[in-house]
Amino acid sequence: MEHLHYRFMGGRTMRATRPCIVGVVASGNLEVLIEPAALQGACTVDIDTAANGFGVVWEAVVADFFSRHPLADVRISINDNGATPAVVALRLDQAVVEFAAAAPTGPTA
Amino acid sequence: MRGSYYEATARERIYGIVDAASFRELMPPAERIVSPHLQALGLPVAFDDGVVVGRAAIERREVLIAAQEGGFMGGAVGEVHGAKIVGLLRRAMRERLPVVLLVESGGVRLQEANAGLIAVSEVMRAILAARSAGIAVVAAIGGQYGCFGGMGIAVSCCNAIVMSEEGRLGLSGPEVIETAHGVEEFDSRDRALVWRTVGGKHRYLIGDCMTIVDDDMVAFRESLAASIDASGPLTLETVEAEHAKLSRRLERFGDAADGEDIWRSLGWPDPAGVPLTDTDVFLTQARLLRAA
Repeated sequence: MEHLHYRFMGGRTMRATRPCIVGVVASGNLEVLIEPAALQGACTVDIDTAANGFGVVWEAVVADFFSRHPLADVRISINDNGATPAVVALRLDQAVVEFAAAAPTGPTA
Repeated sequence: MRGSYYEATARERIYGIVDAASFRELMPPAERIVSPHLQALGLPVAFDDGVVVGRAAIERREVLIAAQEGGFMGGAVGEVHGAKIVGLLRRAMRERLPVVLLVESGGVRLQEANAGLIAVSEVMRAILAARSAGIAVVAAIGGQYGCFGGMGIAVSCCNAIVMSEEGRLGLSGPEVIETAHGVEEFDSRDRALVWRTVGGKHRYLIGDCMTIVDDDMVAFRESLAASIDASGPLTLETVEAEHAKLSRRLERFGDAADGEDIWRSLGWPDPAGVPLTDTDVFLTQARLLRAA
C-alpha cells in the first residue's frame, strides 16, 4: 500500500453541505469520498492505493482533475484497488457531480 | 426507480428499494470506521467496510436495512462489517422494527481469520435473537456474487428469502467444492450446472426461498414488503417443522445428482426447460409442484 497526499490552492468553494461517496473498492476500481472541510481554501486529495510506485501518474491525474474542477475547502479521500487513470478521472468527476447535487438531506445513488 | 438489482452496487440497491428520500445511513463512510485487520495486512480498505446500514421506509413500512457490497472482497464479512449488521439487528430489537438484509457475500473474510469467523457467527445469533423477540428479518439475494459460506447459513435463519433467478445461495461455493472434492464432483466452470444447483429457480423449487422475482428493483421491493407482512414468530414448532421438511427433502432427493433430477422427481413436465422459462410462467407451475 502507498499513501499519497496532494494539496491545491486557488479554487472556489461549493455550496454542498454533506459528504458523498462514489465507486466501490473492487478490483480495478476505487471509491472517492468527497466532503466539505475547513481547509483555509485548500482542496486536499488523500490516496491509499494497492498499486505502489505510481505517484507520478496520480499527481498528473489529480492535477488534471483540479484544473477541471478548482474546488476550495473540500477534502477528497480515495481508497484505490488498482484503478486505471481513466477510471480515476471519471470517478473524480462523478464525485463532483454528486457533491454539487447534494442537498442537506437528499439521497445520493 | 426501475432497474437491475443484479447490476447495482449496495448503495444503489438501497436507493432502488426504499421509498424516495427515506434512507438515513448509520456509521456512514465519512466516519471512516474501516477494518483494522486489512490495514495491518497492507490491503485496501473501504470507508464502509463493504456494508451499508441505516434506517429507511419500504412502501411506508419503517425498516432497518443493510446492503453488502459484493465488489469489495466479495462481500466477505470482517469484524467491522459483521459488527455493523449485528448492531443493526440489536437496534431493531430495541426499536421494534423489521430488518431487511440485501445480502451479497462469499461468507467469512478469511484475511480476518478468527475475528471474521466470530463476526459471521454473531450475525447468525443476532438474527435468531431478533426473530425470537418477534422481529421480522427478511433477506434478498440477487447479486453477481451470490450468498455463500457463513452468510448462506445466516440467511437461512431469516423469516424469508427473496431471490431472483440470477441469485445463488449455497454453503460451500462452486469453486470451493471443486477445490476440495475435484472437478468430477463439481465443475465450477459449468455455469448451467452451477445455476441448476444453487440458482434462484432451484432454491425456490426445493423450498429454500419464499419467492422468486425478476431482476428488477421494484419486484424486489414489493416482494420484501410482502415478506415483512407475512413474517411469523420463531417458535419451537416452526423450528421442528423446518427440521421435518429437511428430513423429507433428504429422504426424497438424497440420491439426486443434479437439480434436473429433482425437478423431474417433483413432476415438472419438461425439466430441461426450467432454466429457460420466464419467471411468471415458472411461478405458476412451480407453486403447484415445489417441495414444501
